[in-house]
Order: sequence, then C-alpha cells, then structure tokens
Amino acid sequence: MKRVYVNEKWCLGCHLCEYNCAFANSGETDMAGALKDVKIHPRIRVEGDNHISFAVSCRHCDDPICVKSCIAGALSVRNGVVHRDRDKCVGCYTCILVCPYGAVMPAPDGKAIQKCELCTDNAFGEPACVKGCPNGAIVFEER
Amino acid sequence: MKYVIIGNSAAAVGCVEGIRSVDRTGTVTVISDEPYPVYSRPLISYLLCGKTDEEHMKYRPDDFYRKNGVKVLLGRKAVGVDPRRKTVSLETGEQVPFDRLLFATGSHPFVPPMEGLESVEKKFSFMKLDDAKALGAALSEKTRVLIVGAGLIGLKCAEGIRGRVQSIAVVDLADRILPSILDAEGSAIVRRHLEKQGIRFALGDSVARFTGRTALLKSGGKIPFDVLVVAVGVRPNTRLAAGAGCRVGRGIAIDGRSATSVPDLYAAGDCCECRDITTGTDRILAVLPNAYLQGETAGVNMAGGEKTFDKAIPMNSIGFFGLHIITAGSYEGEAWVRKTESTYKKLVTKDNLLKGYILIGDVARAGIYTSLIREKTPLDTIDYELVREKPQLMAFAADRRAAMLGGKANVSD
Repeated sequence: MKRVYVNEKWCLGCHLCEYNCAFANSGETDMAGALKDVKIHPRIRVEGDNHISFAVSCRHCDDPICVKSCIAGALSVRNGVVHRDRDKCVGCYTCILVCPYGAVMPAPDGKAIQKCELCTDNAFGEPACVKGCPNGAIVFEER
Repeated sequence: MKYVIIGNSAAAVGCVEGIRSVDRTGTVTVISDEPYPVYSRPLISYLLCGKTDEEHMKYRPDDFYRKNGVKVLLGRKAVGVDPRRKTVSLETGEQVPFDRLLFATGSHPFVPPMEGLESVEKKFSFMKLDDAKALGAALSEKTRVLIVGAGLIGLKCAEGIRGRVQSIAVVDLADRILPSILDAEGSAIVRRHLEKQGIRFALGDSVARFTGRTALLKSGGKIPFDVLVVAVGVRPNTRLAAGAGCRVGRGIAIDGRSATSVPDLYAAGDCCECRDITTGTDRILAVLPNAYLQGETAGVNMAGGEKTFDKAIPMNSIGFFGLHIITAGSYEGEAWVRKTESTYKKLVTKDNLLKGYILIGDVARAGIYTSLIREKTPLDTIDYELVREKPQLMAFAADRRAAMLGGKANVSD
C-alpha cells in the first residue's frame, strides 16, 4: 500500500507539512482562517537540528504494536491505515507508550489521541503534507 | 483442528486473531464465565466516571465472533481440563473436545484475611464489568468510600468514582502509592496531585479491624465509611492449568511461544508468568499489551505457524485527573533524573542499555524509550545524551533513521 516516506536529504525544515496537516484536519476551508493565531497540533512533526531535518508521522506498520496494545480496542487497521475510533479512545496513552516512532500524540483536548491517518479521515483525501511539501522531501508511494 | 480458548478478554482475542492469521477453517470455541461479549476490562473506571459506556467498551466489534468463525459459550464455567482425553469439562457437565487449548483465564482479586470483614455490608472488588456496575449502584453523593490498596486498580477506581461520592480514603501497607511502577519521588508527586482532588491517604498503615462501617487502623486511627473497595492485588487463575499438569510458579509458566510445559496446552495474559527481559527473571506482567501479544503468539503456534514473543517488559500508561504517567522496564542501574515544576523524568541505564524509565507530566513520544528497552539497543550506537533530553529519532544514526522512515515500515525494523 502507499505510505508517506521522508527523505531527509531534501527536507528544508520549513515545517510547512505541519501547517498543511493542521489545516487538513481542521475541518475549515480557508487555511488562513484555520491557522491564524492558533496553536497548531499537527500529526506530522519535523525534528532535527541546523543541519538535518525530517518529518515523522505514523508509519502504518504491517505489524502495528499500537493496535495490538490499545486497551480500548479503539485502534484498528482499515485498508492498511491505522485508524483511531475517537469515541472509543479514552486517552490512556498506551499507544504513546509503545509507538517506536513517537508518532502518536494526545489530541488537543487531551481526551483522546490523534495520529496520521493519511488524510483518509478528513476532507482532503490524500496526504496534505505530501502535496504541500515544496521540495519533494515527503512522498506518498508504494515501496 | 479444534481450538478451545478458556477466557474471553485480550489474550483470548489475540489468540483468535493469531489462529485466523494461519488457519481459516479450524473450529474455535471460546468459553467464558462472564455473560458479556469481549469488553475492555481496564475501562471500568472510565465507565464509572462517564468517559465511556458499555457500547464503547466493546474491545472488538459486534461481528467479531461471527467473522472469525468463533463459537462462544458465555456464562459457562470451565471446571477441568483433561490433557490426555483432550476435553474441557464445564460446570454443566458438558465436555468440550479440543486438539489445542489456550488458558486465558486471567486473574482474580486477592482479598487478604482482615478481621471483621464479614461485618462490612457494602464491599466490592474492582476488576470486572459486574464489579463496576455493582459498585456504581452502591454510590451516592453522600457516600464515604474506603479503598484498601493504593495500586493501579485502587487508584483508577478512586479517579472513576471521585465525582460521584462525598469522600475517598485510601489505605495501603506500603509507604507510597503505586509502588509497583513508581519510585519514592515520582510517587510523592502523584500523591500530591491526587490529594488536591480531595483523596486522602493513610500510607504505611493497614486496617486492624472492621466493625460495620468503621475501619480501625493499626496506627490507631479510625476511618468511617459506607462503601469498601478491596484492591490489594490480584492472583493469577492457575487452578485449571495446574490440574492439567502444567508447571505453575506464581503464574502458569510459558515459553516465548506461549506454550506451557504440557504439549498442546498454551497460556497467555494475566494468568501467566513470563520472562521480563529487563531483569531476566520470570514475573507476572499483567498488562493488556502483553496479554494480547502472548495470546496472538499462542494462536499462531497453535495453528501450526511459528511465532515468538520474547520482548515482554513491565510497562504502564496511566493517568489520574489529567496527570499522565508512563513507565516501563525495571529501575536497577544508574539513574538520571530531570525535574521541573510539573514534570518528573527518570531514566535508568545498565550495561550500555536503557533498562527502565518513569515519565510524569510530559509523556510525549515515550515509545521511543520503550523501544530502546525492548530492542535492547546498545546506547553507544545512538546519541544517548540527545535522546535522554527528549525522545527523538534524531538520536539514531542516519542509516538507521533512513530504514525507519524511508523503508518498509515495521516495528521490528
């Protein structure tokens, strides 16, 4: 299946992916309106230093330990995408305890977790981080 | 092939999913003495405070058993397993035949002998859905609750009912709360947080005698109460496995394939003891992820596949009134501690390995630490000082990171 992959050689560390992610998941139709003066909570995060940077988001593992560890049965695999059921999630953070990539984070209200679902859970439909990456450092492809 | 699973929680579900990843046609029978389809046991405290309901507590969708071709016998108690005739006897006298069997029998609350306990009218355990329902029905805003046990179960119970009762007092023999997962300093931070919610503690103390609705403490104090919750600890349900000849220590002994010492009998979850890779000792690691993973491993092997789960470690993620705590591993070794006003962090290293950690308040990306423990990553192959400050993939060498983020994704990368 197609997944999001990063190539740190091309990442400029511009954090645009974070803004595009936050916008895609905001439910708003206007980017400025969605993000202006708002603390964003993207599901993809850029890390690195002055020389190297790269974006990290859910790997949608073939053998997802977060799904197997979820105490509520709130995580499942749907067509290869690790999906969160917001109504079932109680925000215990067991997935944060086990994800080796650090790719699961608390939702802004702290009552549940959030994670990248490859924009299958929002109106965008395809990964907004990839579409908006100005240097082709994030790709959405089969490997 | 006929598979029988005794028990119907996370380990059982893992086993069903493990079997079906290999064998689509064999018959699978699940036997449970509870009347409910599989639900999440750890969610009972969230049920009491209204953060979830019975519908959302379902650990798998309603069509789970049908889709997986599982015959489920609910409200039926297994009373014996005959490993030679390969049958399970039910309380009703029925015999259920099997080729391979899983003990997923869980644990039961341990209630120590306490003088005068029989004089307490309203007393509860806190493990199952029915326990939560019974406790919930006994509460009102005038209720004074006494909880014996300041461990994970007792304190999650306290959080679950805090908004529904007049007062909560917690008594524990240990001198600190959550002694199984926290050190003294971390424990004190969490205790202060709970005390701010109005929960009172009597630590290093115990109930000398109950007389109706009064607990007389060893220290001489008295605690009046209306409802008692006993959450001292749990004991694995090993009787059936022992009766079938399986080697039993504190829990049912299993190997990395979740096999017991008796051929064709497997075991998984809270009824077992298994190797804790951070200490090298056999322990009971009664946490849901381990239960699922052991169950899945058992299922694959029962169905003729090959699977090993040999990365079991103690680990917990738990929150109280908005304060999150994540811990993993063991704490023997060299400790590194970092504190701020609202957070506590302790990493423990030994022999060039991360052995354990405690995070309170800031738990972001904790799984990167957990992975270092589970994968036994030699710390001299990463930038440990960097990752110690903050869990991050930047601490790994570039080729390793490229494999993690650019290659085929898998946890065992």
